[in-house]
Amino acid sequence: MAVLNEEQTMLRDMAREWTRNESPVTAWRKVRDADTATGYDPNVYNEMAQMGWAGIVIPEAQGGSDFGWLSLGLVIEELGRTLTASPLSASAVAAAAIVLGGSDAQKDAWLPRIASGELVATFALDEGPRHDPENIKTEVSGGKLSGTKAFVAEGDSAGLFVVAAADGLYLVDGNQAGVSRSRRHLTDFRSHADVTFDAVEADKLANGGDKLIDQVLDRARVVASAEMLGMAQQAFETTLDYLKQRRQFDQVLSTFQALQHRMASLFSDIELMRSAVEAGLAAIDAGGDTRQAALLAKTKANEVGHAMSREMIQLHGGIGMTDEYDAGFYLKRMRVLEAVWGNTAYLRDRFARLGGY
Amino acid sequence: MASAAELDRPSDALENFRAEVRDWLAANFPASLMGKGNALASVEGPTEETPEMTAWRKAMGEKGWGVPTWPKEYGGGGLSRAEAKVLADEMARVDAWNPIGGMGVMMFGPTLLEYGNEAQKREHIPAIAKGEIRWCQGYSEPNAGSDLANLQTFAEDKGDHYVVNGQKTWTSGGQWADKCFCLVRTDKTEKHKGISFLLIDMTAPGVEVKPIKMISGMSPFCETFFTDVKVPKENLVGEEGQGWTIGKRLLQHERTNLSGGGSRLMPSGPGLPDVAKKYVGTDAEGRIADADLRARIAKFEMDWRAFLLTAMRIQAESKAKGGVSEVSSILKTIGTKLGQERAELTIEIQGLQGLGWEGEGFSEAEIHSVRAWLFGKATTIYGGSTEIQNNVIAKRILGMLDHQ
Repeated sequence: MAVLNEEQTMLRDMAREWTRNESPVTAWRKVRDADTATGYDPNVYNEMAQMGWAGIVIPEAQGGSDFGWLSLGLVIEELGRTLTASPLSASAVAAAAIVLGGSDAQKDAWLPRIASGELVATFALDEGPRHDPENIKTEVSGGKLSGTKAFVAEGDSAGLFVVAAADGLYLVDGNQAGVSRSRRHLTDFRSHADVTFDAVEADKLANGGDKLIDQVLDRARVVASAEMLGMAQQAFETTLDYLKQRRQFDQVLSTFQALQHRMASLFSDIELMRSAVEAGLAAIDAGGDTRQAALLAKTKANEVGHAMSREMIQLHGGIGMTDEYDAGFYLKRMRVLEAVWGNTAYLRDRFARLGGY
Repeated sequence: MASAAELDRPSDALENFRAEVRDWLAANFPASLMGKGNALASVEGPTEETPEMTAWRKAMGEKGWGVPTWPKEYGGGGLSRAEAKVLADEMARVDAWNPIGGMGVMMFGPTLLEYGNEAQKREHIPAIAKGEIRWCQGYSEPNAGSDLANLQTFAEDKGDHYVVNGQKTWTSGGQWADKCFCLVRTDKTEKHKGISFLLIDMTAPGVEVKPIKMISGMSPFCETFFTDVKVPKENLVGEEGQGWTIGKRLLQHERTNLSGGGSRLMPSGPGLPDVAKKYVGTDAEGRIADADLRARIAKFEMDWRAFLLTAMRIQAESKAKGGVSEVSSILKTIGTKLGQERAELTIEIQGLQGLGWEGEGFSEAEIHSVRAWLFGKATTIYGGSTEIQNNVIAKRILGMLDHQ
């Protein structure tokens, strides 16, 4: 665990208490069973916003608290533990694009509404099922933006899109003719939508320069990693509890050395994952070139999250395969997060390129 | 050691048999049924039979070719292994599928042929060979999973019959089965020696089944409850107390079949390299554009070939020595591991398109690959988990003992 300041410790404790009491996995199960396109409970997001979470990375001038990315990561990690569904991550990443690249007028127009939780925003980058930021076909011509974005997180409820076009990032108000959304129902039952923009009004984020898209991607990657960290941590603890309690062959499973070693190995891997994810979040707060730190965070999150979600099922045995148990939720959400903003192969390739080899 | 080439070597007698099979298939297998077999019947439930399908099942049943190597006197095909391979090849050539399957064929039939008495074989084997009766397996219980011998379902001796009480779980296809082969306790004082192998009619009063929904959304398993179920003594296979021996033997057949656990759930369509070319694209030289993925696909393809060679070698060696080899344990661990790897690679290749749950935006094949990926996680758990199989390998094959 990173060394936290008093503010961060309080925030983490508050998030932990709130998720355990107000948003346990049973709450996610209800949202899953309701199976709506929105994929979250708006009342729950409203509650989160009232606690100030929607404004953690938004400047005070625009109604946020400017606590920073490590702070946001602490909250998202806790939400990941209990699989709490909300547009918090998507909105934070979109807000970051405006903070980094927006004019004062753009910031004043949108950020206060995101900070209050009234507006859901999202970053619409990829145009196919595999992460591929080098191939953006969306174009702006005569001041109008056209293109289709695939599997946009919270695309069903977003009121504001930060859209990547060939020549930069644009703000697109979702409530205008020419924006159409089509739900993509993935195994994680969260909101993903294909969004088509047909010659819509678009407002360029002109202040960010060439690096803006990379900077936003870095934030998207570390935020996804924080959720995966919480999920992996919880998957580990749930599995450990189960092994200590399930009896076979007249002894609890945790007495079998073969299983002890697997848990010890997963424990070690999650510690590495935690270091990488926290360092990624802290790097963004520190500023400068954050690409390598973000690549490392997401790669470790992908690798360890993959292994932990798989082992959670195997170590639980048959019960882990049932819909009645929670293990499947962690597996399904984990694979979706592994695929977004770069799978492991993609990230390793970027890491090597960045290193010049 | 027999090589693949030797197994394939033709002989005149076999060629005559091949001609006979071709003629028979031409006369009996309608082209309209090509590729219509339900390979996932055990997972998704039986398909509604069309009159054509019924005719095809009956034709194969009459011939005994659904269970080609079983003895003719009990309704099997009476074929040699070489002839059975010719039959399989010829069926594959015209895209014909075997309409006779399920647990009766894979596990229970071979076990009953070995341990059943004459009356039991005459009663049950022909019905399996004709695909008329569906069997399910009553082994696991809530507190008897990997530690199967801890099972508590009790069959009380009432003279000419037993009265069975208890609960089974993971009963594959329980909701579709006519009969159940069950491990029950007939003696509470002995762990392994108190177990007997009993056949229970699923329609008997006191039998209740409740499907279990899995993470894949499917319900191929049930919880089965027995409340004062009356079972005639004729339904005991072997002797009282012999259930553990018979039950384990049956599991060897299961493991041999499950070693294809991954392959059984593999879509019959294109292989991984073609899927990757389609979703990821290729470079100027036709290589899969993602070099890291390409290397892992190549590794998988090589591992899979090595696995198939091992399966063939074990089969050849078992045939030479007679009996199922204990090395079959490695087929299950490796086959299921590779099946899961393939499923993970498939969804990775397809990106988010490979994680669809439902909706028009996904093809049938894409949805299928997701469900198969999820359900496939069970293959390393059921039929003796990988951990249990590794114990078998370490203890029985390698002689590595527990702490003394």
